[in-house]
Amino acid sequence: MSDTAPKNYLNEQKGIKSWLLTHDHKRIGLLYLYSIMTFFLVGGVFAVMMRLELWTPPSDLFSPDTYNQLFTLHGAVMIFLFIIPSIPAALGNFVLPLHIGAKDVAFPRLNLASWYIFIIGALFAVYSLVSGGVDTGWTFYTPYSVTTSTAVVPMVFGAFVMGFSSIFTGLNFIVTIHKLRAPGMTWFRMPLFVWGLYATAIIQVLATPVLGITLALLIMERVVGIGIFDPAMGGDPVLYQHFFWFYSHPAVYIMILPGMGIISEVISALSHKKIFGYKAIAFSSLGIALTSFLVWGHHMFISGQSELAAMVFSFLTFFVGIPSGIKMFNWVATLYKGSIDLRAPMLYALAFLFLFSIGGLTGIFLGAMSVDVFLHDTYFIVAHFHYVMVGGTVMALLAGLHYWWPKMFGRMYSEGMARVSALLIFVGFNMTFFTQFMLGIQGMPRRYASYPEQFAPLHGYSSVGSLIMAAGFILMGFYLFYSLFKGARADKNPWGATTLEWSIASPPPSGNFDNVPTIDSDPYEYKTAAGPNG
Amino acid sequence: MSHSSDHPANLAHHFTEVEQQQESAKLGMWLFLLTEILLFGGLFCFYAIFRAWNPDIFHNAHFHLDVVMGTLNTVVLITSSVTMALAIRSLQLDQKRAALWFLWSTLILAGIFLVVKYFEYAHKFHLGQLPGKYYTFQGIEGTNPHIFFSVYFLMTGLHGIHVIAGMSIIGWLIVKTSRNRFSSQYYTPVEMTGLYWHLVDLIWIFLFPMFYLIG
Amino acid sequence: MDSSLTNIFPSSSSTIASDVDALFNFIFYASAVFFSIVVGLSILFVIRYRRRGDEPATSQVAHNNLLEIVWTVIPTILVLIVFFWGFKDYVRLYVVPHDALEIKVTAQKWFWSFDYAEGASSVNELVVPVGHPIKLLMSSKDVIHSFAVPQFRIKMDVLPNRYTVAWFEAVDTGSYNIFCTEYCGKGHSEMLGTIRVLPAEESAAWIEANSNMGKGLSLEEFGAMLYKKKACVTCHSIDGSKNTGPTFKGTFGSQEKLKDGSSVIVDENYIRESLLNPKAKVVEGYEPVMPTYQGILKDRQVDALIEYIKTLK
Ligand code: HEA
Ligand code: HEA
Ligand code: HEC
Ligand code: CUA
Ligand SMILES: [Cu+2]
Repeated sequence: MSDTAPKNYLNEQKGIKSWLLTHDHKRIGLLYLYSIMTFFLVGGVFAVMMRLELWTPPSDLFSPDTYNQLFTLHGAVMIFLFIIPSIPAALGNFVLPLHIGAKDVAFPRLNLASWYIFIIGALFAVYSLVSGGVDTGWTFYTPYSVTTSTAVVPMVFGAFVMGFSSIFTGLNFIVTIHKLRAPGMTWFRMPLFVWGLYATAIIQVLATPVLGITLALLIMERVVGIGIFDPAMGGDPVLYQHFFWFYSHPAVYIMILPGMGIISEVISALSHKKIFGYKAIAFSSLGIALTSFLVWGHHMFISGQSELAAMVFSFLTFFVGIPSGIKMFNWVATLYKGSIDLRAPMLYALAFLFLFSIGGLTGIFLGAMSVDVFLHDTYFIVAHFHYVMVGGTVMALLAGLHYWWPKMFGRMYSEGMARVSALLIFVGFNMTFFTQFMLGIQGMPRRYASYPEQFAPLHGYSSVGSLIMAAGFILMGFYLFYSLFKGARADKNPWGATTLEWSIASPPPSGNFDNVPTIDSDPYEYKTAAGPNG
Repeated sequence: MSHSSDHPANLAHHFTEVEQQQESAKLGMWLFLLTEILLFGGLFCFYAIFRAWNPDIFHNAHFHLDVVMGTLNTVVLITSSVTMALAIRSLQLDQKRAALWFLWSTLILAGIFLVVKYFEYAHKFHLGQLPGKYYTFQGIEGTNPHIFFSVYFLMTGLHGIHVIAGMSIIGWLIVKTSRNRFSSQYYTPVEMTGLYWHLVDLIWIFLFPMFYLIG
Repeated sequence: MDSSLTNIFPSSSSTIASDVDALFNFIFYASAVFFSIVVGLSILFVIRYRRRGDEPATSQVAHNNLLEIVWTVIPTILVLIVFFWGFKDYVRLYVVPHDALEIKVTAQKWFWSFDYAEGASSVNELVVPVGHPIKLLMSSKDVIHSFAVPQFRIKMDVLPNRYTVAWFEAVDTGSYNIFCTEYCGKGHSEMLGTIRVLPAEESAAWIEANSNMGKGLSLEEFGAMLYKKKACVTCHSIDGSKNTGPTFKGTFGSQEKLKDGSSVIVDENYIRESLLNPKAKVVEGYEPVMPTYQGILKDRQVDALIEYIKTLK
């Protein structure tokens, strides 16, 4: 950042201390962004190591114990350290106050504290990683997690601590959205990203405490042997699964809802068109958030729970699909007769439409009880959740990152390289994970360090795909880093978008808005050839 | 971000008016209390489930809790809730001395609660009525009586941690009040602590009958 | 099956398999339609309405009630169909026919043992008659495992604290893979087994032959057989190499250091204890992961194994 730039939040104060003690939501957003990028890299390296092992059937590159730790650490890092904080805490922090015309979030100090809590939790996770790793799978199922000799406690404790970070972020956002909207910013004039964050925050606040208590009990079980999950002492291991999924199913919507918010922003802005079905999208976010609490049992169709319970869970599962479908159709309709700008954010948004359709629709297969019996714990599941989490959330994150990059740093990245890397990621991703659907249908179980010969060809393709994808990410790391220093200066509004953040300088000044704006129109007022609102 | 001179001292820069700030604090606090309820809610579910699975041991074991001490603690906590409310009331009326007095009473009552709890715990430790694998007591009929004590210690223990946290916050309020930080103009932190303290009280009011009374 | 998808499916070899596949195919084709609509239209619009200069959009329509109703109602109807269909087959998967032949399945790290009513037992190999319903009554000795046979489209978790049930009726003779599909530790991916489906007479003969506790074999030969059949081979080598457990080569009569610092001489009683209560004395340098064979090995089998280990010098 050169000094010739006008005063902004990046250069007004200098020095490491000014970052570590900042209360500015934009800076805190960046702190989160750097943290999650680091953990994504760590989780990604584990992933590539796994794929190298799976290239051939026997467990030759790593021992089975090492492999088991690899997928556990990959899953735990990606879920707890990367994807849950990713969009809300990094991009959400940066954008939310700007979107509603506020100077900051409601509780700036709590906001900073959340980041520190997150880092402390992450340190515990890292500690467990270096002190022998964990081999339970990211789900920590009892009784295995109670009996294994690996460092389960620090990892679980880390996840427990990070839960508070997530709760506080959610709490902060709810209050901010309720109380800090600029004058005239009614609920239905809020950009849809804000709706997405709002629905997410509700889940964070309502579901995370239950995870907290569950993980705390798991720690107690290991340390003191309270005996409520341990069958040897009259406890019930399946009870643990219920409590775990009560959080972790809603958590998958913590991952996707803010991503869907970004997609709404990007598709509307880069087609220069009013979003189609604003209210339907807003309400379906809330609908998804609320329904998400009632479907956790679909992870447990074969765990020995009662058939009646399984039936109810299956029934409700399908009703999460409907609002998701509504959103998909609305986005497609927004493209209709737009003026579609195919720069990087839009490319990622389109990748999202493609990949999340596949990921979501395969969720419908899994909601169907008899089919899930067949597919449960096979690579079909692995493929499903990578299509929704990588194809959905990560694509949305990348769309948002490229979209707000000029606002964050006042610089543009190389559009050409962005396209190449988007292509590599898209191709590599499909190659890695589409093959895994086929493996799953053939019966290949997940969490296998070695596998029978018959699965070898598909695993081979999958491994090659993961290297292509890794190349795409490395290229992205490179051009984004380069743009920080050498990128062309971005102006206020490089996309011609209409939400509030684009009305102030790039990068914005510390206090965001010199004068609190007064809002008197909808968030997406684009012009038409025929005249306003034609 | 310089505060303009007409900006009230307690108003943070990102709020436009005091009301907005207070309402934000209140909403934030309510949400926080909600998460607390859910945290305990998880444990209440465990209680309900294990009770349904082991009705006999829950019945037999509850005779081993001391109803007198439990009742005493219930009275102590309810009284402390009252004194907490009175402390807020006094601040609203700008009666600093009374407020201090009530805050001290709350703190002391909370202390008494913990002392009583200590005696209860000590007795159980002595008898070997401990959670899970440390359970060595012989006098309870039925399979897995340790589960009752696991749930008992988890729930009362977590509640106890909340009492201790509340005490430190109340201590901090006492310091601030004696330094004249609060007045009828600004007493949000005291009000928020009050809400928290009522919740701690309320949770106990559920715990007490669940463990000590119903058999 | 009438679809090209059949090529990727494993063979459908139980009475329920083709019904599961039918629902799978139904969802697949419905999904293909929705996918084509979403992605097809996106591509079409991107091509058709690509921005060239900085011309504004040609329309700002922001909603259309009819469309919105259509794309809510049609998916709802479809998922209702899928729900009922899936539920119906799920119930079939769990309601065991009355005349089913019951076999007890025990899972433990990291092998399956099967016990027949006739007294026969086997490890990692289940032999059943074709065309007859088989009921599996399953439980685990340690952590959660899961019993899965892709070609039969069945799968059920196996729990340590309660029995679970699965059933199937094979329609073809042949060999089918059993996978453990619930992660259970180091040997999870090696917790494999085979179901051999034989014509009724052959399967009955196999059960008969396996109930006779190695009649006609010497103790040593019987022990060598059990070494493989009871899965000792997964953890103990006989050539001196170190595996999950110590090798059997030269073990008998040697002195072993234990984890707690003491040491023992490996004799008959120690081996017996190692089999029935393996956690009592843990050899230094190894994890206490050896499962107990209490209830799995009969006395004569224990004797046979001891005799066999003695010969491995
Ligand atoms: C971002 C995360 C995310 C998201 C958004 C989803 C979304 C969905 N998931 Fe997924 N899921 C996971 C992450 C996610 N999932 C993870 C991590 C696991 C495994 C965890 C583990 O075991 O390790 C899992 C596992 C999982 C299972 C358990 C499988 C098993 O273990 O046996 C099930 C079962 O029902 C399921 C279902 C669904 C459904 C129905 C949706 C729906 O929300 C999808 C809705 C979307 C659409 C339907 C597509 C768009 C709609 C249209 C194009 C319109 C047409 C629609 C219809 C006709 C309905 N998921
Ligand atoms: C957000 C979640 C997330 C993400 C992004 C990923 C990403 C990937 N995952 Fe992961 N995965 C999970 C969540 C995720 N996964 C979970 C929860 C499980 C279950 C674990 C369990 O069973 O317990 C799982 C399991 C899992 C398995 C199954 C293991 C098994 O069951 O045996 C496999 C196998 O192929 C796999 C592969 C991959 C690959 C190849 C990627 C790739 O997409 C990775 C690509 C990334 C890189 C290659 C890193 C390169 C990045 C850079 C160079 C960054 C540049 C730097 C800057 C910009 C600063 N994953
Ligand atoms: C899951 C792996 C596993 C299986 C299966 C297994 N063992 Fe073991 N075994 C171990 C391990 C690990 C040890 C060392 C730790 C201990 O002593 O408990 C061991 C120890 C032993 C010992 C003591 C060896 C010594 O050198 O002191 C004997 C004898 C033994 N096993 C016999 C058997 C027999 C016979 C079988 C099959 C019927 C069997 N084991 C199956 C893992 C296994
Ligand atoms: Cu047994 Cu996995
Ligand atoms: Cu789910």
